[in-house]
Amino acid sequence: MSAGRLAGPAIGLAVTILLLLLPLTLRGYGIYLMSLWAVLTIAAMGLNLTLGYAGQVSLAQGAFVGIGAYAAALLTTAGWPLALGMAVGVGLGLIVGWLLGYPALRVQHHYLAFVTLGANTLLFLVFRNEDWLTGGVYGIPGIPRPRIFGLATDDPLVFYYFCLAMLLLVTLALGLLLRSPWGRAFEALRENPVRAESLGIDTRRYTLLAFAIGSAVGSLAGTVYAPLVQYIDPYPFALGMSLNLLLMVVVGGSGRFFGPWLGAAIAVLLPEWLRFSEGLYLVFYALLVILVLVFLPGGLMGIAERLRLGRRPVAG
Amino acid sequence: MRRRELLSAIALLALAAPSLQAAETVRIADVIELSGNGATVGNMWKNAVEMAVEEINAAGGILGRSIEITHFDTQSNPGVSRAAVQKALDLDPYVVLGPIYSSSTKVNMQLTRQAGVPQIVGSEASVITEMGNPFIFRTSLSQAASMPKLANYIRDGIGAKSVAVLWVNNDFGRGGRDAFVAEMEKRGIKVVADISSEVGQSDFAADVVKIKQAAPDAAFVYLHEEESARFLREARKQGLDVPLIGETTLLNQKVIELAGEAANGVRGHVGLSADAPLPSIAAFRDKFVARYDTTPDHNAIKGYLAVYTVKEITERIGGFDRKAFADALHCTTITLEQEPGILIETSWDDKGDVDRVSFLAEVVDGKQKIVDTLPPLGVTCN
Amino acid sequence: MGNVLQLLLAGLATGAIYALAAAGFALLWQTARTINFAQGEFVMLPAFFVLAGTEWLGLPLGLAILLALVLALLVLGLLFKRAIVDPLLPQGVLPVVIATIAVGILLKESVKEFYSAEAQPFPSLVAGGTLHLAGAVLSLQDIAVLLVAGLAILAMQLFLTRTRLGRMMQATAQNPEVALVLGIPTRRMVLYTFLLNAALVTLASILISPVYLAKFDNGETLGLIAFIAAIVGGFNQIRGAIAGGFLVGVVDNFGAAYLSSDYRTGILLLLLIAVILLRPHGLWGRAEERTV
Repeated sequence: MSAGRLAGPAIGLAVTILLLLLPLTLRGYGIYLMSLWAVLTIAAMGLNLTLGYAGQVSLAQGAFVGIGAYAAALLTTAGWPLALGMAVGVGLGLIVGWLLGYPALRVQHHYLAFVTLGANTLLFLVFRNEDWLTGGVYGIPGIPRPRIFGLATDDPLVFYYFCLAMLLLVTLALGLLLRSPWGRAFEALRENPVRAESLGIDTRRYTLLAFAIGSAVGSLAGTVYAPLVQYIDPYPFALGMSLNLLLMVVVGGSGRFFGPWLGAAIAVLLPEWLRFSEGLYLVFYALLVILVLVFLPGGLMGIAERLRLGRRPVAG
Repeated sequence: MRRRELLSAIALLALAAPSLQAAETVRIADVIELSGNGATVGNMWKNAVEMAVEEINAAGGILGRSIEITHFDTQSNPGVSRAAVQKALDLDPYVVLGPIYSSSTKVNMQLTRQAGVPQIVGSEASVITEMGNPFIFRTSLSQAASMPKLANYIRDGIGAKSVAVLWVNNDFGRGGRDAFVAEMEKRGIKVVADISSEVGQSDFAADVVKIKQAAPDAAFVYLHEEESARFLREARKQGLDVPLIGETTLLNQKVIELAGEAANGVRGHVGLSADAPLPSIAAFRDKFVARYDTTPDHNAIKGYLAVYTVKEITERIGGFDRKAFADALHCTTITLEQEPGILIETSWDDKGDVDRVSFLAEVVDGKQKIVDTLPPLGVTCN
Repeated sequence: MGNVLQLLLAGLATGAIYALAAAGFALLWQTARTINFAQGEFVMLPAFFVLAGTEWLGLPLGLAILLALVLALLVLGLLFKRAIVDPLLPQGVLPVVIATIAVGILLKESVKEFYSAEAQPFPSLVAGGTLHLAGAVLSLQDIAVLLVAGLAILAMQLFLTRTRLGRMMQATAQNPEVALVLGIPTRRMVLYTFLLNAALVTLASILISPVYLAKFDNGETLGLIAFIAAIVGGFNQIRGAIAGGFLVGVVDNFGAAYLSSDYRTGILLLLLIAVILLRPHGLWGRAEERTV
């Protein structure tokens, strides 16, 4: 029994306790930030599946968050339960994500970045221009918070635990998925598509699946985002959110399972830490991203890994 | 014995100190655009708020308490503004000031309502006061209040039978466009071209061509500052000879500075202006220029009078009761005699909407010139 | 008729700027496998170097432009290559793409914080005045933009195809391994490409800013349209990217006037997606032998 083997579960336990107890000491603002972190982490985990595990770049994740948010907002303001909003949002995310996967069958890398970037802006234009459905620039106000097993979640703290529960569920589901044959197929796709094909993996199908599942997880995040902010309009779902989610994945560590947890935490908390710098925090953030890319190709999670690997011979 | 008395006196003082301090100050939170696209307007507001707070504190505060102001940055982003208001409310403020961007106000006004904290905003979108929120108050005319005045001018002053509308496709532009088109319909003026444009658009050649093709009697232009300037330059280049009509922004000094000669001849309605022919506003303008070395715009006036509104209404109710404050600011008027810091006599109706005189202006030789003063619409109160 | 000509000329004048940005974009891809997502910000920045020169240092305009060119060559050429591209390119195309997204944010936010968040008027090199042509109006500014951009493109083409240095750069772009065997200092050729790109964006910046004002977020739209131009035209061929620039400028104006102003950007994006899916090497590009 080496210390290294126990480090993982110990950190996991500490983080879980922190996430459960910390909000009890916080006021409204702190609880809101933690809820936002949970939602963004879900979206970033979806992108991490597409980008980090299957190696398909997507600059449209923000638009998928928007699809989920609009599905949830429209249905819950019409009196339907959030669960239906989630089902519809995730279903739409799967379908549109599957369709967006088709270009990935033809083009790769930077071309794919451009196609998905274009798709994000097109979806934003639809959210904004089709006001008969989405309320256009006026947005949708008064999105209700759900009742979970009869329990109202209007209290910020209760809603935070709902967000956290969703995050844990998504984490568990993605963990199981990645351990399944599908997960191994995704990684084979990233490492060497040609070899994957020769091993009998249907690369076509798994490429589409990687897009569809990653995007649907993004939409699921959107269905939680809508009741969190209780008012949505098209602007949060423009290209900016997609770029931010991409940077979160990269900073945390693309292809590292818990990378998005860390990446999203930095993106949410950095403006707080750098409050003294006023508007400069984005300058610092951009510099951080560049430094991470140049010096830590594995992201910040890569450091932890390197430390563990470095220690293993000594500990073992 | 003596020592014990002394000790207990110290202990008493120490206990009393926090409450004494609390008795001396009143906390006001300012949630405003300090970075992002709205940084310019937000900083105008913030600077004017700072100036008003210092003046009031120097003169003894509000009911003997000095104001403790804290600024929160919305980054011009609705989501962040919601978080910022949440953060402001954690401080338990007496009143929240700002923001200016309507998209932000719409997202965060639910929070102040739930907390029962009055919020005095710089936003102009009509929808803000239409949700039955008893804690929301404006500092300037809403789009719904400005457009009738502008529409009358287009009908009577210009004599137009048909108009073109060019608007920026966000909630500011769309809100103004919808209110404007409704007023045109009421007056039987035909909208012959209805053109949307993008935020940050640089090339307005197609937009000018469309206005030309529609050949209207006048064109109403409702864009942000730099897009206004780009449009005016393109219109001048293509020799568009249609009267160009604007609402506050198009006649803004910043637009004139950016568009140069092409801004001359632009006419329209101005809700608040540092060039208004009123001694109180001229004096404010001079104070502001002396302090910040830049000319105040209408957002600075809004921020300044928001602080003085808090002072006047609090003195009227004689205490720091938020609910009583909100009630007292409905269906009321603050005159210059009552409170000179209001700068311009202002009334609030039962929804928190503002009513006051406004102005018709024209750009002549690179300067905004006020040509007429329009009376208030008249407050309706039940 | 006058209106159609008006839209065409306006589209070509704006298209000329897109063409310059798109040509630089294509050059970087060809020689250095670098996709520069910050190309729009690259065009935005030199105008602020000029303004810093005239406003902060009190330099005359000509000298300020020279200073801007030098700074652009150093920052957008040399520093960009050394600090971002050189360390990241061995990891593949994607890390460079992500890093340039961050560079774009860095440039934009820095200008906003250290210069101004407001749009700035920019001095024009050309006198005001207009020219009437068959019912359409052209400003002398537009003509200057078209003329200067056209000459620059021509000069660049002549340089790349007719001079020894230019041919060496072309050879490096087309096949670096063979070029190295032939004794071409490919590393230096790659550096020259970055410098050439810096010069192109400086030119674009100085041409466009008097018309459209200088503002920190100008790069967002400009960059997006320049990518679309480069890909639609075919960004493995300089002339493809240039033709794409003009095409996109014209399509944008006609689309906004006759199809939909709500979906103005959408029209270009649909064009982009259609070209990528149907003709990935672009309308005037050549098919790539390398796997992309």
